[in-house]
Amino acid sequence: MLELKNITYNAPEEGIDKAILDDVSLTIPNGKLTVITGPNGGGKSTLAKIIAGVIRPDSGKIIFNGTDITDMSVTDRARMGIGFAFQQPVRFKGIKVFDLIRLARRTENLTTGDACKYLAAVGLCAKDYINREVNASLSGGELKRIEIATVLAKNSEMSVFDEPEAGIDLWSFQNLIEVFNAMRENIEGSSIVIISHQERILRIADEIVLIKGGKLSARGSADEIIPMLMGTDSVTNTCNIADIWKGGAKS
Amino acid sequence: MKELDETSKMILAEVADLHKIPVGAFNIRENGESVGRNSTANIEIVSKTDKSGIDIKIKPGTKNESVHIPVVISKTGVNEAVYNDFYIGEDADVLIVAGCGIDNCGSADSEHDGIHRFFIGKGAHIKYVEKHYGSGKGTGKRILNPVTEVYMEENSSCEMEMVQIKGVDDTTRVTKAELKEGAKLLVSERLMTHDDQRAISKYDVDLNGEGSSADVVSRAVARDRSYQEFEATISGNAPCHGHSECDSLIMDQGVVLAVPALKANNVDAELVHEAAIGKIAGEQIMKLMTLGLTEQEAEEEIINGFLK
Repeated sequence: MLELKNITYNAPEEGIDKAILDDVSLTIPNGKLTVITGPNGGGKSTLAKIIAGVIRPDSGKIIFNGTDITDMSVTDRARMGIGFAFQQPVRFKGIKVFDLIRLARRTENLTTGDACKYLAAVGLCAKDYINREVNASLSGGELKRIEIATVLAKNSEMSVFDEPEAGIDLWSFQNLIEVFNAMRENIEGSSIVIISHQERILRIADEIVLIKGGKLSARGSADEIIPMLMGTDSVTNTCNIADIWKGGAKS
Repeated sequence: MKELDETSKMILAEVADLHKIPVGAFNIRENGESVGRNSTANIEIVSKTDKSGIDIKIKPGTKNESVHIPVVISKTGVNEAVYNDFYIGEDADVLIVAGCGIDNCGSADSEHDGIHRFFIGKGAHIKYVEKHYGSGKGTGKRILNPVTEVYMEENSSCEMEMVQIKGVDDTTRVTKAELKEGAKLLVSERLMTHDDQRAISKYDVDLNGEGSSADVVSRAVARDRSYQEFEATISGNAPCHGHSECDSLIMDQGVVLAVPALKANNVDAELVHEAAIGKIAGEQIMKLMTLGLTEQEAEEEIINGFLK
């Protein structure tokens, strides 16, 4: 179980400190798939990074299974059982896909067969990828799936995915949903947190948390929250396409 | 062959992956003298008569054979220049493993300057692996100044792997190559310097024949207060392809100077260079930390991968 208590985080924007998260308190229970959603710039990804320790809050407390981890390093949190999939995975020259999975498993004796099952789970043909370098030769979508595979391989008590669908093509999207469904079936004693805009990911949530304007705006089951989001700008915050033509072709 | 002591055995394992007497042709040089040699039906190794060194003659058409010529210096104050010439017959395909390790426990400098010349016959292919290594706690420096010259006939190819990961205090490496029609050169250099080490690596490649190509790739890490220079000049004197790439990681107070140069003497010469120097990206370290590695472990993994 993870408790966030009065989390506040400010970041400078055009020279002025702007509140990205403003006094957010939230409990994420074990055995549940929680989806955090909300408009772009609302603070969702910041919250995910604060859980993983990638950024530190200005104030507030983070309690993981009863232990205060607010001042703990990323490494210590990872070792305590927090996994984190980055929204924009990083590339490495020379490090192979196999190496990343081996590091995620924290073992020197990983067999290729064991490593391959994590790639297969994210819909990559394992033999084509296992010896590839995690470098610029991989597409954004491939990189993203490898990122998710490393978090699966880490097998954390709490796995946090920051916008896993970003960069994943429609064809693979069903596969991604299946990955999360399979994780959820084996969720006992662990929890999954997904930051997402996607309705289909919202639909598989046990609980949806809506973060808007840096504040916890609503929380509840998928059935309760999704109708609230439809027809508002909360989920996608996209422009009205008709705006493009407003004012005629001359403008 | 003479029994080697433990230090020499350790160095042989480091520079040539040799844990026992190699199969095939070999010449093992220890502290300035040959301590073991074997020629085969197709590969003959003979001592030079006018200066220190050996001639390695590989018959045309020799396939799937190897030559090991490691050098071990385990005494302090050894200073030698050795001339080794390789004559590779037409259509041969062989592996050549060189390498030099210096263990210097004394106060005098030990230096080995290996001058290697390769004459690669038409259609022949060689893979050349050269590892340099230094160890020992003495104050005497471990110095290696290799010169490599490669003369490539039509449609020959040469893959060179040059590795210096640890312990060499001072090195100036000069590599020259001349390629005729259709010849192909691939160079992969991996270099790490630490403490107050200094490493200079210069390449001068002449693409003289139509359809010749060269790819010179260097990956380097400069740690502590070490200094590195990489200078690669590729001259395209015919319709050809030339590419050089220097990718360096700097850490601590390490300094790297990269000077890639291209000279096109023919309008159909296609030449490209890339050079990048920078520290390890923070996001890379962060990713590995989220997998449970410490910052230091993450750095080591990133460097090991980079130099692999």
